[in-house]
Amino acid sequence: MLIFEHSRPGRRNYSQSPATSAEIAGIPENLMRKAPPLLPEVSEMDAVRHYTRLSQKNFSIDTQFYPLGSCTMKYNPRACNSLAMLTQFLARHPRAPESTGQGFLACMYELQEILKDVTGMAGVCLTPMAGAQGELIGISMIRAYHESRGDSARTEIIVPDAAHGTNPATAVMCGYKVVEIPTDKDGDVDMEALKAAVGPQTAGLMLTNPSTLGVFEKNVAEMSKIVHEVGGLLYYDGANLNAILGKVKPGDMGFDVIHINLHKTFSTPHGGGGPGSAPVGVAPRLLPFMPVPVVALENGLYRWLTEKEIPQSIGRLSAHMGNAGVLLRAYIYVRLLGAEGMHRVAEFAALNANYLMAELSKAGFEIAYPNRRASHEFIVTLKDLKESTGVTAMNVAKRLLDKGYHAPTIYFPLLVPECMLIEPAETESKETLDAFVAAMKEILEEAHSQPDLVKNAPHTTPVRRLDDVKAARELDLVWKQHSA
Amino acid sequence: MSIQNNLKYTKSHEWVRLEDDGTATIGITQHAQELLGDMVFVETPNVGRKLKRGEECAVVESVKAASDVYAPISGEVIAVNPELESTPEKINQDAYSAWLFKLKPENAGELNNLLDYAGYQKILEADGD
Repeated sequence: MLIFEHSRPGRRNYSQSPATSAEIAGIPENLMRKAPPLLPEVSEMDAVRHYTRLSQKNFSIDTQFYPLGSCTMKYNPRACNSLAMLTQFLARHPRAPESTGQGFLACMYELQEILKDVTGMAGVCLTPMAGAQGELIGISMIRAYHESRGDSARTEIIVPDAAHGTNPATAVMCGYKVVEIPTDKDGDVDMEALKAAVGPQTAGLMLTNPSTLGVFEKNVAEMSKIVHEVGGLLYYDGANLNAILGKVKPGDMGFDVIHINLHKTFSTPHGGGGPGSAPVGVAPRLLPFMPVPVVALENGLYRWLTEKEIPQSIGRLSAHMGNAGVLLRAYIYVRLLGAEGMHRVAEFAALNANYLMAELSKAGFEIAYPNRRASHEFIVTLKDLKESTGVTAMNVAKRLLDKGYHAPTIYFPLLVPECMLIEPAETESKETLDAFVAAMKEILEEAHSQPDLVKNAPHTTPVRRLDDVKAARELDLVWKQHSA
Repeated sequence: MSIQNNLKYTKSHEWVRLEDDGTATIGITQHAQELLGDMVFVETPNVGRKLKRGEECAVVESVKAASDVYAPISGEVIAVNPELESTPEKINQDAYSAWLFKLKPENAGELNNLLDYAGYQKILEADGD
């Protein structure tokens, strides 16, 4: 139910109404409203109950285990939130002079430096506001680099078939043709196919490592050599950086540009679609093309660098500093962790994933790549279960909701039939993982003993199965008041 | 029956029917629609576009995924199925009557490179389905 549907004419929340009306003299008559705006009319208690109820229906990392593969739903430490909400940060105006925002700029500068160090890159720009925007910036810089050298014959970007859909979409947005290369049976990029695909037409390669299959590309060094030898550049999709944080640097693997999802690896909130943040790191040869602004430290003072200092910049892609509040949270997170803590993030992310994978295998689930160690996530395939019981990955996912767990990612990556992509993240305890395994085991038993119970799940959630097909076919996002 | 005997097939799950007038009708297979699930959007090529064999030329989008459709043979697009824009679910209802587009083949001999019933059946078995 929407707050508008609680509305009754004349109902008011007097104690929170403004004490005085705003001064409106001087507004031209033709700009004045003739009728009052259609706002919900509710009492204070109605409003409190409405939003409290909504929050209770919400499924969040604060309430339940959330093993949503590829999304890295780790706990968001409260300290990051409370420190980022200091009045001095909140009240800062983005257009205030640099001299009055030195504290904020210092945080941004230090975050740039830390991310440079973690990724092994020569420069970092913090402003991209989501992974997809980070990718767009990265490939735009690759294009700008080739163009600056008069190298205009490069028309193709190579993307492995296991990639996130945003990778090929980005390449197309930047005017490139996408060349897809297959994955071998162990989940690595098919090296023969890569060798056959590269040439003078290759602008670059986009790679997610560890891949969406939850494995670290064994041949990454050779891949980077093959692409560089033909004059292409290498883009690192940092979506799965959590698994290697502080352990391996994409710069050392030979990559020229990387985006980092702060809302995954650096623990900033990312429920409900945002706000995301995806800083981009670049190797020395791409430094001249960085988007603006970037924070610089000169003579003890922090300042913005703009097109004046970076004349070949691909330009500005977000207002001001991007999602400044998210960047602050990430900065506080990395300072709380320290270098030692970052290593432990990667270690525990890998340990938790491998423990969960082993326990689910013992419980009777089929692992898609049983010969590989999981990086930070892994894939279970329910193909055989579907054949023997008719219970699908979708059904198991829905039944998990009844057991109090957020479902893992399902039907992605597309390469594995009836798959669940499971990522526990490092912040979960052994007890939580064991309880999840027990729930999965129960569902497996139910699939055999009472398949209809699983096929018709969920049974206990505020809403049952939503008609996602109707929603996609008849997109309707605007609530309209019923006419009397 | 998930495959029809009188059609030609591709590894990427398109079907082709050579019509009496020499044109070719193209759609996606029953197996492909089963894998994709409920269709929500279909994008067809423009009439008049000249396609090369293997070229991406259409998109079928389901609640699960968006997939490219590849031209099984080279030729010029002479018609697209107007029904699919408003009723993409026709592909789910009958994949072999809900055609995507028709081509005037550049070289009808290319049809011989495609899979027949038995060849496509083998591909499906190798996929384990």
